[in-house]
Amino acid sequence: MATVHDAQHDRAHRPGRPVPEGHDPDERGHFGPYGGRFMPEALIAAQDELSAEYEKAQLDPEFVEELARLLRDYAGRPSLLTEAKRFGEHAGGARILLKREDLNHTGSHKINNVLGQALLVKRMGKKRVIAETGAGQHGVATATACALLDLDCVIYMGKVDTERQALNVARMRLLGAEVIPVANGSATLKDAINEALRDWVASVEDTHYLLGTAAGAHPFPVMVRNFHKIIGEEAREQSIEKFGGLPDAVVACVGGGSNAIGIFHGFIDDPGVRLVGCEPAGHGLDSGEHGATLSKGTPGTLHGARSYLLQDEDGQITEAYSISAGLDYPGVGPEHSYLKDAGRAEYCAVTDDEAMQAFKLLSRTEGIIPAIESAHALAGALRLGRELGPDATLLVSLSGRGDKDMDTAAKYFGLVDEHGETVADDADGEAAR
Amino acid sequence: MSLHEVFAACRDEDRAALIGYLPAGYPTVSDSKELLAGMLGGTDEAPGCDIVEVGVPYSDPVIDGPTIQAAGDTALRAGFRIRDLFDVVSSVADAGRHAVVMTYWNPVHQYGPAAFARDLKAAGGLGVITPDLVPDEAEEWMTATDEHGVDRIFLVAPSSTEQRLAMTAKASSGFVYATSVMGVTGARATVGDKAESLVRRTRAHTDLPIGVGLGVRSGEQAAEVAKFADGVIVGSAFINRAEQEGVSGVRALAAELGRGVRSR
Repeated sequence: MATVHDAQHDRAHRPGRPVPEGHDPDERGHFGPYGGRFMPEALIAAQDELSAEYEKAQLDPEFVEELARLLRDYAGRPSLLTEAKRFGEHAGGARILLKREDLNHTGSHKINNVLGQALLVKRMGKKRVIAETGAGQHGVATATACALLDLDCVIYMGKVDTERQALNVARMRLLGAEVIPVANGSATLKDAINEALRDWVASVEDTHYLLGTAAGAHPFPVMVRNFHKIIGEEAREQSIEKFGGLPDAVVACVGGGSNAIGIFHGFIDDPGVRLVGCEPAGHGLDSGEHGATLSKGTPGTLHGARSYLLQDEDGQITEAYSISAGLDYPGVGPEHSYLKDAGRAEYCAVTDDEAMQAFKLLSRTEGIIPAIESAHALAGALRLGRELGPDATLLVSLSGRGDKDMDTAAKYFGLVDEHGETVADDADGEAAR
Repeated sequence: MSLHEVFAACRDEDRAALIGYLPAGYPTVSDSKELLAGMLGGTDEAPGCDIVEVGVPYSDPVIDGPTIQAAGDTALRAGFRIRDLFDVVSSVADAGRHAVVMTYWNPVHQYGPAAFARDLKAAGGLGVITPDLVPDEAEEWMTATDEHGVDRIFLVAPSSTEQRLAMTAKASSGFVYATSVMGVTGARATVGDKAESLVRRTRAHTDLPIGVGLGVRSGEQAAEVAKFADGVIVGSAFINRAEQEGVSGVRALAAELGRGVRSR
């Protein structure tokens, strides 16, 4: 380990702990020039109520304990930290530690945030929850929390994504949620968010919008980050306990950026630890078909906050593309924009092909099929490991499992024909590619 | 003439002002100029709109319902650019009539708030309605609009607290836009009963005129709203009429609504 910190300096970590001073946005939710509330007046009262309820809740031992109990006894936390030795051989021999959010109940990090917000919904006395989802991870997690806590649940999902993620649509419906396919615009995550916001404007009195990423209007970015901070806090302790020190870099995929901001925050006060976010470069940064907001975007306002965006010179939001439905978003959480400008985090872009090669490599070397989102972080780690060499230790957020992506992967690798039938293996164990 | 004077003239006639919305560039830039002229012209029997709200077509119009979103998409597909907005506003001002702009914040942010206010003023536009910009975030916009003498119209909603009504009214100029229902734009069978109490609550904080929008589609509804508001704002109904009947359709609707606002 290149960076070893004295354990005495480690903060006590427990879920729901108030955020240390210095990393919170200002009163109006600004991280430097980013964040804020750019939203219809009709929703401001609900955001104020949510802010106040969240402030109270995080100081209320009953709420903190209830959330801790659910995370431990229902979601399965703490999640494991697994060393990926064979995978690391392909990353220049670097030591690769995987933070196993894929092992959480519902198969991704998303459960941390939905349990927190669903408990807040109960406190606010609201009965109905709406949410948006891209790949379906957040939708499944939300439908799960709503089933557990007896809340009505409506999930908005781009029509294109309902087709890419049919299994997750079935899952949400089985859990009792109503899934509404959105055909507007690009019919992906951005449009699902627009439709959920429209619902919310009309239903805000009895409905909570359970936003799935650390984006949107204040207090969503800071609140969602704090619900996911446990990822980084656990990983930091596990790194020290199991591996004797801190990693050289923490690598995570960034769409909206919730898993990344959660794991980054465990290490944000450790200047020796590089924070690396991996965005989807889709068909390539110069192809015009990507979702690399921080690499290629410019500051603007979308979905309630100022942040980097993919937009044209008139401020029209342009369509994002990624093979991963979960990363297919033209915006990003405002705190990532702030961390980029401040130089505390760095952001790279990973193409579909690089991500899919990392997806296959982790499956073959470790017996772990990752979400395609997480495969972007794995590809970033392969690159970084080859750059830093065998002495490096890299912590990778394995934000979700790949079951939901099998259809995409099977088509990508030619493991099924156009009718969905299996095809014969070639010598490399795969068919067409 | 300023917005203040337009509303004062209507008040002198003991009536509400009629404000009609249409996206610039719908269905094309030149057609939108003709439609707006028709909305302002009314018919021989009855005058039309006092003010037009020229919308900026936008990719992500979160507070607009399907009618306005579809119209905006049509305009964007036809090649609408922000510079066309000023051309459309000029066409209204050059005819001696009154235009305000309704736009989401990102196009203004991207254009540059000061440049946007400057160019709108030069085109003869009187004010700007910003449905997703609340005064809390509008410091730069306040400076730009003050400097260039453009009115800034913020929205109040049935869910606004007294404190926010006071703050929003204080930050506004020209008029205050009261959203009659909790919901997105779109013609409705009834205007929400929350509209009247919202106007009453807002009026306690300001002498500015108060316009009511969201959901008005008929002369009868316009008359109902005109009883308690200073301005009646109609959007989706004009787009529906434009789509079905073109310029003659919007003229006829403007005349019907115009009679409505005069029948308090």
